[in-house]
Amino acid sequence: MKIVVCLGNVPDTTTKVKFGDGTAFDKTGVQWIINPWDELALTRAMELKEDAGNPVSSVTVVTVGGKDAEPTMRKALAIGADDAIRVDTDARDAYAVAGQLAEAIKDKGFDIILTGIESSDYNGSMVGGMLAEMLDVPSVSAVSGLTISGSDVEITRDIDGGKEQVSVATPLVATVQKGIAKEARIAAMRGIMMARKKPLAVVPAAEVETLTDFVSFELPAPKPPCKMVDADNVAELVDLLQNEAKVL
Amino acid sequence: MSVLVYTENWDGVFKKLSFELVSYAAKVAEMMETSVTAVSIGDVADDELAKLGNYGAAKVVKVDGNTTLDNQVYTGIIAQLAEAEGAKVVVISHNNTGKALAPRLSVKLKAAVGAGLIALPSSTEPFTVSKKVFSGKAFANVVLKTDVKILTLAQNSFEVIEVGGTATVEASTATAGEAKTTVKDVQKQTGKILLNDAEIVVSGGRGLKSGDNWGIIEELAEVLGAATACSRPVSDEGWRPHEEHTGQTGKIIAPNLYFAAGISGAIQHMAGISSSKCIVAINNDADAPVFESSDYGIVGDALKVLPALTEAIKEAKNK
Repeated sequence: MKIVVCLGNVPDTTTKVKFGDGTAFDKTGVQWIINPWDELALTRAMELKEDAGNPVSSVTVVTVGGKDAEPTMRKALAIGADDAIRVDTDARDAYAVAGQLAEAIKDKGFDIILTGIESSDYNGSMVGGMLAEMLDVPSVSAVSGLTISGSDVEITRDIDGGKEQVSVATPLVATVQKGIAKEARIAAMRGIMMARKKPLAVVPAAEVETLTDFVSFELPAPKPPCKMVDADNVAELVDLLQNEAKVL
Repeated sequence: MSVLVYTENWDGVFKKLSFELVSYAAKVAEMMETSVTAVSIGDVADDELAKLGNYGAAKVVKVDGNTTLDNQVYTGIIAQLAEAEGAKVVVISHNNTGKALAPRLSVKLKAAVGAGLIALPSSTEPFTVSKKVFSGKAFANVVLKTDVKILTLAQNSFEVIEVGGTATVEASTATAGEAKTTVKDVQKQTGKILLNDAEIVVSGGRGLKSGDNWGIIEELAEVLGAATACSRPVSDEGWRPHEEHTGQTGKIIAPNLYFAAGISGAIQHMAGISSSKCIVAINNDADAPVFESSDYGIVGDALKVLPALTEAIKEAKNK
């Protein structure tokens, strides 16, 4: 069984975002990381491969991005992926990213396609499902558990107000969330050394259109200062919540 | 032409989320001078379906059966009905189901998605929406360039508007092949207020010092009729299940009132709760960043303040 994990290269979650003239994200000085949910997906993929009971032959990582995404791909290889593919173009919108991913992976015989449920930059939650529809394979969303059972995949998905165990035949797309792996794996020194020699294929972009245009960006209005209440006078807080904020 | 809204049901019953969606769709339809058709898949009684009229649906199309959520089958059915109705806009929730269906539908209908919206489109020509980006640190104005558009609406971000109308209910036999998803088992939370549905949320962080101290969070939640939540370190430590983790990589919620007790307020935590209408912070460190993004604050030990607050609320309620 072959697993592919789709990775987004995103600004570190502590980044103070800036937009220059308001039309594009200012990348100056930004630290880049593997999108947190994708990192959990990669961690689970490695766990599945390392469990000798599973017939997993390889874990590939794929991204859509320029050369500046390569350190992130090397990090994924250091965590344990066997090989990497970078589609050489900027990520412009979810539809275009899914289209590029579909072209890059469609003829490679992947059985399990993992994506994070969301990216921490554009927060659309769209790429995994779009990719599944483009590849015409089943998809399961909000996945917090995944095991392999013969040629099927047993999945725990979160539903509103509970969980469901579902079984789906491969190939499939699973968009994963918190819970899929306990903690994201960190690369060890040996992994970092080995990653340098692992294959990172750069493939040219396919002809793919966008459906949306991000025309401008704004920062939210600053919040008014916090009203402080004395710890010995919680009744005052209750009064403020009832009569000022009117939320009780 | 119409605005189509997909209304999910829970064991045959709609909830506030469904009415928010229909209310939102009705406002979008007003902007486009057209009407709302609601789509319901699964077994829902006609009088329950007709309720959607009260929030602005002119027509409800029901597709019985298909009680297992199979993303391909549901997408196929909704796409057929959207085409039959000549829908220009399809409204879906940005909950787990919506996040599963909207992207597939986008590809099938070649429709741009405005994802996770918290407000109406700012214009219909060009069709422009504002959406949160960088986990709430900014907003982007996005133009949806296709003829058909899909809008996914964040839960608790749009008010329910009763208009007192009635909806006609039509049955459709739309099908879309065999389900490839087999449900083996379901565990439902019972007797608890769901985090995503809750109007009030009481959340605890590392300042609670141990999972054993969660009783004081639950007691406050109990008197408020609130759901309980936690910060990431708490779920990572296993003090609470991961479903309760609110924050950038956990649940993104927008209750009316959020209590952050013993939570320092890291940017990743605030990203998950910044849409709350009112935030109350309780922390023993006066310099904790949580106070910068809160409406009300108490500097003090959460283990002492929470029980006092529970008592004060009980007293206020008895007045």
